[in-house]
Formats: sequence, structure tokens, C-alpha cells
Amino acid sequence: MRRLVARLFVLGVFCALIVAFGLALLSPGNAQTSERTIKIIAHKFEYDPSEIRLRVGEPVVLELTSKDVMHGFNVPDLGLRADIEPGETVRLRLIPEKAGKFEFYCDNFCGVDHETMGAAIIVE
Amino acid sequence: MALSVNRREFLKLAGIGGVAFASGLGCSIMHGGATANMSESDDFYFVQLSDTHWGFTGPAVNPDATGTLPKAVAAINELSTQPDFIVFTGDLTHTTDDPKDRRRRLGEFKEIIGQLKVKNMRFMPGEHDGSLDQSKAFQEFFGPTHYTFDYKGVHFIVLDNVSDPHARLGNAQLQWLNTDLNKQNPNSKIVVFTHRPLFDLYPKWDWATADGSQAIKILQQHSNVTVFYGHIHQENHHMTGHIAHHAAKSLIFPLPSPGSQPKRAPIPWNPAAPYKGLGFREVEADVEHAKYDISEFPVGRV
Repeated sequence: MRRLVARLFVLGVFCALIVAFGLALLSPGNAQTSERTIKIIAHKFEYDPSEIRLRVGEPVVLELTSKDVMHGFNVPDLGLRADIEPGETVRLRLIPEKAGKFEFYCDNFCGVDHETMGAAIIVE
Repeated sequence: MALSVNRREFLKLAGIGGVAFASGLGCSIMHGGATANMSESDDFYFVQLSDTHWGFTGPAVNPDATGTLPKAVAAINELSTQPDFIVFTGDLTHTTDDPKDRRRRLGEFKEIIGQLKVKNMRFMPGEHDGSLDQSKAFQEFFGPTHYTFDYKGVHFIVLDNVSDPHARLGNAQLQWLNTDLNKQNPNSKIVVFTHRPLFDLYPKWDWATADGSQAIKILQQHSNVTVFYGHIHQENHHMTGHIAHHAAKSLIFPLPSPGSQPKRAPIPWNPAAPYKGLGFREVEADVEHAKYDISEFPVGRV
């Protein structure tokens, strides 16, 4: 009898832990679910949107895609860069640490107006 | 002396004096007429033309887009003493998505510069020539995109930092560079020609080479290295350690100095000062002292 009670107790604790873990994953405070996703579409010779507004300390995921050819995404002042291949999605996590305007540009030569292809992240 | 006469002729043709820049050990800015002490055996000079962007149209920045290159060709042909060779440091043509147009522009460019008296010419692609097709068309007209040649005691290395659209030299070319330099004496006179700056001049405007620092690290093992490049459409001089880097003017439109304005837009044409900011340069090599006197010349008054 004692052995059965002990087994039921262990089983109960185990189930409680599983439920607690599941609730933690679903809770609004969890870092994975609180990240705002911002879609950025690159195409000749612009980024859409051309201005992205973030808040200091706000965790975000930048979701980058290309509508035509391979573009680059380079934000030197934030230490972010990626190649954006057509048909693929690149996700970059970012938690802005300071306010300011952070310009980004295409650093994969993409055509005649490549030199003008740029946009900015505004952190407030 | 032949080279002094040559320079005077350049000044006469240009209509105004050029400012010379002495590059090598102990870089300093100086004015023309520094060739008197050069020994005859070491004397040679070359002309650097860059960023001709044949095929570009934009009256607001150059209403004489089809006339500027022919004017430069005519100026060089008028010299009684011709340069030993002429180097074109990339962006021979303005880019186009159409492979046929690209080849047509490369062909027209080749026809125009074929009128130069000097037949010893060296070429390399800029991103406008080669980044959209990995320099396939360029190679059909001008051959390899990276190579070496030796001339009167100087080892010249042409590097390709544009065929990869992300402006990488790439591991294979870096290995090739390392292997080539290992065959040279540490004190050999080395001159590098390339299109984009090998150092981070202003990455926000894409004025850099993604893996250029690796090339500089390899080059720094040699004591006499000078780099001539284009891409930024203006004269610029910079040192990375003991290596001097000299950017050349364009023959189509000037660009603002690094970071001087929000965008790297071309500087508009000034009717009161046509061709301002455009030009080409003469480089006189003093091989014994690994010194290169640079004279900048305007275009458009011939």
C-alpha cells in the first residue's frame, strides 16, 4: 500500500511539472512568444517598409525575404548582416539597446540602382 | 627630361596645373616637377583611368556622358611621350540587366579605348561590369579578372573584388595572392590594382571589400606595397600600416566625400564648371625608392 502511495505521489509530481512547464511556454511573459515579428521585403531597389520603428529593449524578429534577386541586409551600427536569397526567409533576432537611427543597405550588387537601396531602423 | 616634358604637356592639355601626391615610404603631398632626380633606368610611368561607366545616361550629372571618355583618350594620345601602360581600374561600363546590352557596352568601350596609341593596357572589372554575371561577359572581352604582371622591377597584382556580388575576394583568390607573394622577396616592389577599396573606407556606402582585411594582412608581410583603386569616384589617400591606398577620380560623375551627406548620390553637373571632379591620373614610378608620384588631371578641355 505504502509503495502504491509513493508511486502515485511521484506520478503526481511528474504530471504537475509537465503542466507547469507547458503553462510556462504558453505564458505571455515567455521570450519566445513575446517577440514581435517584423517582415521586411527586399526588391529592386527598395526595402518595404522603408522605415522600421522599434522601442529600446523590445525583442523583435526581423523576417527578411526577397521578391526578385539576391539582396543584402547590412546594418553596420547594429552588427547585423545577412544575404537574402529569393524564395528563402531569413530571421534575425534583435533587442535594441539604444535609441537612434540605424541605416541599413543592400551590400549585394543587385543592379543599376543598387547604390540607392537603403532604409532605416528608428529606435525610440 | 622626357617625363618632365610629359607632365608639362599634360598640364598644357588640361589647361590647369595638377597636384601631385608622392606615395611610398614617407608619403607626402607635393606639387609637380619632382622627376628631375629619377634615374633613367627606373623611369616609367603609367596612366590610371577609372569608372568610365560607358552606357550611363543622366544629363543632370553628366550631359556629355558619351564625350568624356573620348576626350580622355584624345588627351592621352596627344602626349609626345606615351605612358608605358594604361590601367583601367574597373566600372568600364554602367551596369544593365540585359546580357546583350552588357556585351554591347563592353564592345563599344573596347572600340573607343582601341583608339589609344598605347596598346599595353590592363583591365579589371568593377561591380557594374561583373557583379551580375560573375564577370562572364567581361572575361569574353578582356580576359582574366585577377592576374599578375611584372614591369621594370615592379610586381603588379590585379585583384578582383567585384565578381562576387558581395564584394568578396574569396578564399581561392586570397590563397592565390598568398602563393604569389610567397615567391616574391619581402622587399620586392609591389603595386596592387583593384576596383573597390581593400580597407573599410566607408562601409555604410558599401565602400569596402568584405574580406579586404585578409588581403591587407597578406600584403603587409611585404615592405613596399602601394594600392591603386577606383569605385569611389574621387581622389582619396589612405594608409593601412605602411601600405598606401590611392583612389582615382571617375570619368563620368563625381561622388561626395565619405559620409559627407546622407546619401551617396552623384554630385550634379555644374554648368559653370563643367567636368569638375572628373579626371585621370599619371603615376611616375621611382622603382629604386618604391615611390610613386601621382599627378591628377582634369578632363574636357581638349
